[in-house]
Amino acid sequence: MFNNSLPTFWSIWVALITLLVIFGCLWLIMAVRKSEKYKEETENTVGHAFDGIEEYDNPLPHWWYLKFLGTIVFGLGYLVLYPGLGNFQGILNWSSTGQWQEEMAAAEVKYGPVFAAFGKKSIEELASDPAALEVGGRLFANNCAVCHGSGGQGAYGFPNLTDADWLYGDSPEKIKESLNLGRVANMPAWQSALGDSGIEETAHYVVSLSGRAHDETLAAKGQAHYQTYCAACHMPTGEGMQMLGAPNLTDDVWLYKAPNLTILESVKQTLRHGRQGVMPAQLPRLGEDKVHLLTAYVYSLSQQ
Amino acid sequence: MSDRIPTVEDQTAAGERLAHRHTPAYQTKQGVYTRGTSGFFQNIRLTAGIILLLMYYLLPWLNWGDRQMVWFNLPDRQFYVFNATFWPQDLVLLSWLLIICAFGLFFVTVFGGRIWCGYTCPQTVWTQIFMAIERHTEGERNARIKLDKAPMTPDKLRKKVVKHTLWLGIAWATGFTFVAYFIPARALVIDHWTGQASLAAYVWIGFFTIATYLNAGYLREKVCIHMCPYARFQSVMFDQNTLIVAYDTARGEPRGSRKRTGASSNSQGDCVDCGLCVQVCPTGIDIRDGLQYECIQCALCIDACNSIMDKMNYDRGLVRYATEHELDGGQTHWLRPRLIGYGVAMAIMCVAFTYALTHRSPVDAKVARDRGALFNETKMGHIENTYTLTLFNKTSFNEVYEVNFEGHPSGRLIGPASLELAPGQTRVQVYRVQIAPDMLANSRLPISFIIEPAKYPENEVTIESSFIGPDRWK
Repeated sequence: MFNNSLPTFWSIWVALITLLVIFGCLWLIMAVRKSEKYKEETENTVGHAFDGIEEYDNPLPHWWYLKFLGTIVFGLGYLVLYPGLGNFQGILNWSSTGQWQEEMAAAEVKYGPVFAAFGKKSIEELASDPAALEVGGRLFANNCAVCHGSGGQGAYGFPNLTDADWLYGDSPEKIKESLNLGRVANMPAWQSALGDSGIEETAHYVVSLSGRAHDETLAAKGQAHYQTYCAACHMPTGEGMQMLGAPNLTDDVWLYKAPNLTILESVKQTLRHGRQGVMPAQLPRLGEDKVHLLTAYVYSLSQQ
Repeated sequence: MSDRIPTVEDQTAAGERLAHRHTPAYQTKQGVYTRGTSGFFQNIRLTAGIILLLMYYLLPWLNWGDRQMVWFNLPDRQFYVFNATFWPQDLVLLSWLLIICAFGLFFVTVFGGRIWCGYTCPQTVWTQIFMAIERHTEGERNARIKLDKAPMTPDKLRKKVVKHTLWLGIAWATGFTFVAYFIPARALVIDHWTGQASLAAYVWIGFFTIATYLNAGYLREKVCIHMCPYARFQSVMFDQNTLIVAYDTARGEPRGSRKRTGASSNSQGDCVDCGLCVQVCPTGIDIRDGLQYECIQCALCIDACNSIMDKMNYDRGLVRYATEHELDGGQTHWLRPRLIGYGVAMAIMCVAFTYALTHRSPVDAKVARDRGALFNETKMGHIENTYTLTLFNKTSFNEVYEVNFEGHPSGRLIGPASLELAPGQTRVQVYRVQIAPDMLANSRLPISFIIEPAKYPENEVTIESSFIGPDRWK
């Protein structure tokens, strides 16, 4: 819980103004009541006239007067029970955060068993169960679609989940690990190490790995740079390393293909500035059963 | 300008009425003891009341197929009226209907005054039943006044108990029927006696029972006079050609009692000052004082006066439906711009409503383009946009919907070609559209999705959206 209380001065300030207004209203009602000259209804007026319209000087109906008092009693009672007077939390100790937590707990009691039932089944089993996928799809839409797209097709910097290319492995266990703990990927920047020509040469070699058009001479020079700087993570063959999440460079799937650049230019940019990819951990937010179901949904996307 | 505007017309003729009107609104005044009467207009009121009440009480018991014919199913958000099912999405129809009702009310009021109040308002109709019960259990006006003044006797107690029991019975039936429009009547009638109904059902039945009992039993004309805004704004709709319940002053005055021997003497008008018109009035006014905001135009005084006129062998219609022009000896202009205007407005609304009702789409479809990224590039180098289609089957049967895309000849729609939906089911389906970049002339392309129901292809729906591609393609 974070501290959302007011500084002492402002707390007293707010409380004082609140009480001042309430007791001011009370004073006003009593003062006006006292000034009534006639206890019975009469034809006497208060004396002022406007366009021939005058006002009777009659007492407030008794029930109306009591109703006003009632609102003051209600207001004071409310301030005793609920937060309202500065930092005073009220004797019921109610808070909107507490109410939200209660509602979440109630929802957990209601829907927990549904997800627990899914949690008992294997991911392969769930991935072919339409009912499970419908619920999983809703979880995906609420928690994942904003980055990975409604269809899981990904976007610039966010992996496509519908293809066969997996940065950290395609097994249900690995997908679940990515979801549970999140992922932090880090590609260092090589501008200072390679220089402009080195970047150019390495980029030509990288696109040549997936058979794309490239300059043979530049690529040949680039291969040397590659073996020095890149092969440690992306492996000498360019097939990547799933343990580190180092992408496979031979499959022509480009996570950082910028919309306004060609693939070659995008690769150069990656080499120059490096890349930092972050996937947030879902386990603390969603809990085990929901992550399990979500894993099955994500797994099913690439099985289609 | 500082002269006081008299709030009460200080005329001796209306003295008795003034004493009554001068009582403050919030204080209990002496009750209105209405006297029963019968006649032409009362027969109309009675018939209208019976028809409306039968409709109200019987509708929940009629079924259409395997469901209640008129059933507002709040938990499922489905509103059944005869063969039609309405959804919250159809709310606009309700507003059309309410606008028609408003114009209908204006039209009727401009033409014939407060016909709604006098003949069909629930306040009037229920008060009418409660008064009838009162008359049958406690007797006519004089008997009731005497009974209320008399000390408690076993006989008085019996009469009062019978009256209140009947009142509560009617009130309970009213409350039960109201709730039965929301919770099916056939199940509710058993459940609520056996304690099985929901708390909400008991609370609302209880509320409407008490409210009806108090309203029709005690509040009665006070609602019309002090609560209903209609009394106050009727004056903006009335004009000199509006039919109102009016006393023909020229013919009636000077009023006075006389022997029932025939023609009145020259010095007297036709009004015999029997006071019957005042005794029958449910709002406790004297129609001879002219048009008053309390008058709900129930025409009870017309029937009462006519019965006296018949006895006196005078012409009927001393109190009658008349316009101010007619009373002033002029001609009534029936067709006037205001009446025609309201009529035309109402007719247009009716046509629009009928059109909206019959052309209501049985499928509700929405398309939302993904906003996370402007577009994607596929491995093939195609530009791809992602759309979420939300489809809602408003019909009462299983329906298959074919989903098609229109907007670009080389565009490819990826996703299920058809979707099957159960009645009332909502489906959310992701679709992707792919177009080769060199085929895109603009970065923004208007496209549309076409949803065609298999059983009723004429109910096809087209949803506009857009396809976004790169601005500077290299």
